[in-house]
Amino acid sequence: MDNNFLDLAKEPVIQIKQVRKYFKDVRAVDGVDLSIQEGEFLALLGPNGAGKTTLVEMVEGLQKQDSGEILIQGLPWRGNEVHLRSQLGISLQETRFIDKLRTREILELFASFHKIDGSRVDRVIDMIRLKEKSRAFTVNLSGGQRQRLALGIALLNEPSILLLDEPTTGLDPNSRHEIWDILMEFKKNQVTTMILTTHYMEEAAYLCDRIVIMDQGRILAQGGLDELLSKNKSEEIIEFFPIGDPEKLELQNMPWLKKYSFDTDRNKITLIVTAIVDSLSDLIERSESSGIGIGALTCRRMTLDDLFISLTGRRLAE
Amino acid sequence: MKRNSLIQLILIHYREFIREPGILFWSIIFPVLMAWVLGIAFSRQPELAQQVAFIHDSLNMNPELQQFLDDAEHIVPSEGKETDYLEKTIQNDKLGNTTFKFLLTDWEGALLMLKRGQVNLILREYPDSLEYYFDPINPQAKMVYILLSSSINNEHLVYESARINPLTQKGNRYIDFLIPGLIAMGLMNSLLWGISYALIEMRSKKLMRRMVATPMRRSEFLISIFVARLSITVIEALILISFAFAYFHISIQGSLPALVLVFLAGNIAFSGIAILISSRTANSRIGTGLINVIVLPMTVLSGIFFSYHNFPDYVIPIIQKLPLTMLADSIRSIFIEGAGFSQVGLNALILTALGIICFLIGLRTYKWY
Repeated sequence: MDNNFLDLAKEPVIQIKQVRKYFKDVRAVDGVDLSIQEGEFLALLGPNGAGKTTLVEMVEGLQKQDSGEILIQGLPWRGNEVHLRSQLGISLQETRFIDKLRTREILELFASFHKIDGSRVDRVIDMIRLKEKSRAFTVNLSGGQRQRLALGIALLNEPSILLLDEPTTGLDPNSRHEIWDILMEFKKNQVTTMILTTHYMEEAAYLCDRIVIMDQGRILAQGGLDELLSKNKSEEIIEFFPIGDPEKLELQNMPWLKKYSFDTDRNKITLIVTAIVDSLSDLIERSESSGIGIGALTCRRMTLDDLFISLTGRRLAE
Repeated sequence: MKRNSLIQLILIHYREFIREPGILFWSIIFPVLMAWVLGIAFSRQPELAQQVAFIHDSLNMNPELQQFLDDAEHIVPSEGKETDYLEKTIQNDKLGNTTFKFLLTDWEGALLMLKRGQVNLILREYPDSLEYYFDPINPQAKMVYILLSSSINNEHLVYESARINPLTQKGNRYIDFLIPGLIAMGLMNSLLWGISYALIEMRSKKLMRRMVATPMRRSEFLISIFVARLSITVIEALILISFAFAYFHISIQGSLPALVLVFLAGNIAFSGIAILISSRTANSRIGTGLINVIVLPMTVLSGIFFSYHNFPDYVIPIIQKLPLTMLADSIRSIFIEGAGFSQVGLNALILTALGIICFLIGLRTYKWY
């Protein structure tokens, strides 16, 4: 399932082989295999509790796997901590800072760990667009500004590998786009490999070359956005509210139907069909003959969210 | 310009300290205030005002009492809420002035006052005798009885002839006892709260996790917090000593280098304990409880405010082995007993060893992530 535009002969930057991590009775990561090529931007997409954070933190060296192997630039964590830490740029899920430290002071502190000089700190402050806030206490930063600061810390050492754990969760669309812009800008100027976890499919689609869909510790599907969606190439979606008993429509046995689901809470029927053009006339005919009305009819292409539902029966955002 | 990571780490603690007005208040102003209030409350010879419930019989007055109360002032409070009373002050240069307030009331009223703790003693007047009612176990009541009965019987002159030598020279006052205790307590609080709380906060904010994911040296991280806190405790203690020196004229009678040694040993002991407390706690509310469990019993037991010799004999050997007791006793013996290395060396050694052991255990179980 490797992307064909990447050089397969090259050794992957990150190799994850049969990695497992169990907590008491939860299988957080349950036998994951993944290899990531240099320069690739990879999204781990999945709902909360899918095991994304655990997987990324094992790559970051912050958690140890129960079994399996993780190699970064061909090296395991054990014995290579100092070297690997200098290669990585990390942003954790919701880091909070010391309240009464200023933005610049936080960056200078982290710069000192990497033995980086002050001019790089200035450049990073420009990159994360916090010049006006460089003297502000971190406690007074907005959510978006705080996430940008966390991203700035990750970018300080010009990392060859970026590991970002939900960098935009809880942010408004504007702040989210600002983070995306910073990442795209960074990608332009430097060869960086990135793993990003998210439960926003737009984010995965916008930023990443490859999307890995995870749920309950396992990889369900992976590939580029088009690749993922074209696997169900001929599939499209029809949604509507039935006015009356939906059973009377008798859609179950139609030749064009791939999947039928009825959400009783929302009184909404979702049909995954081979082609909208083929099915729509049949649907309207059934509606007329059975007397069950069709409300709020929508027809659309399949999205990642739909793909996730068809794989797991649940929504991404849940 | 490249910055040194150890200096940057030390700076975090200073910056946090200086920028939080609350921390400044509690660690610098509060101990000075406490020294001032307690020093004044217990060091100045106060005008003792003793309240006595007095059941007066205007038809059958007692001649001796009448003579005693001859020059007493009858005071009627303006609001009418309080009881009328007679006030008489017995003056004495050496013992300070004692003022008696005789609250005029009947038997029921007197019992009520006694129950409420407003008075310790009831005085009832009969033509040929005076009756005193009080709880013989209550030392305050006993003292009022002795003072009052001897005064009424015109025996107060005995004081003058008796050889009473008030002990108020340096080293024997309450403030001399108090200041070394406050220094020890300040050191404990500063380190346990300053180190444990800061580390637990950093862990709960995931900042520590983020920091150890960089090439930062963990030893530098721990050294920075020790250095920063050590210097802060020195400043806190210097401010308190300067205040006590200027205001109460205390002096350090023993060896100054020994004091520095004990102070350093105390720092090692409580820093070690702080690291141990914070080694696994990830929640600042649990952390607060944990710190209190250590700080509160020692504050009460270790003879900071009052001598622990009032506790039952069998617990004293245990109290004496508490780290705060060892520290407070050592500092106190240098301050007021003129002790030197030989007297405090053992305590300093034990404190240092305790700190190192706690630190090593803490480090082994330390949860960095």
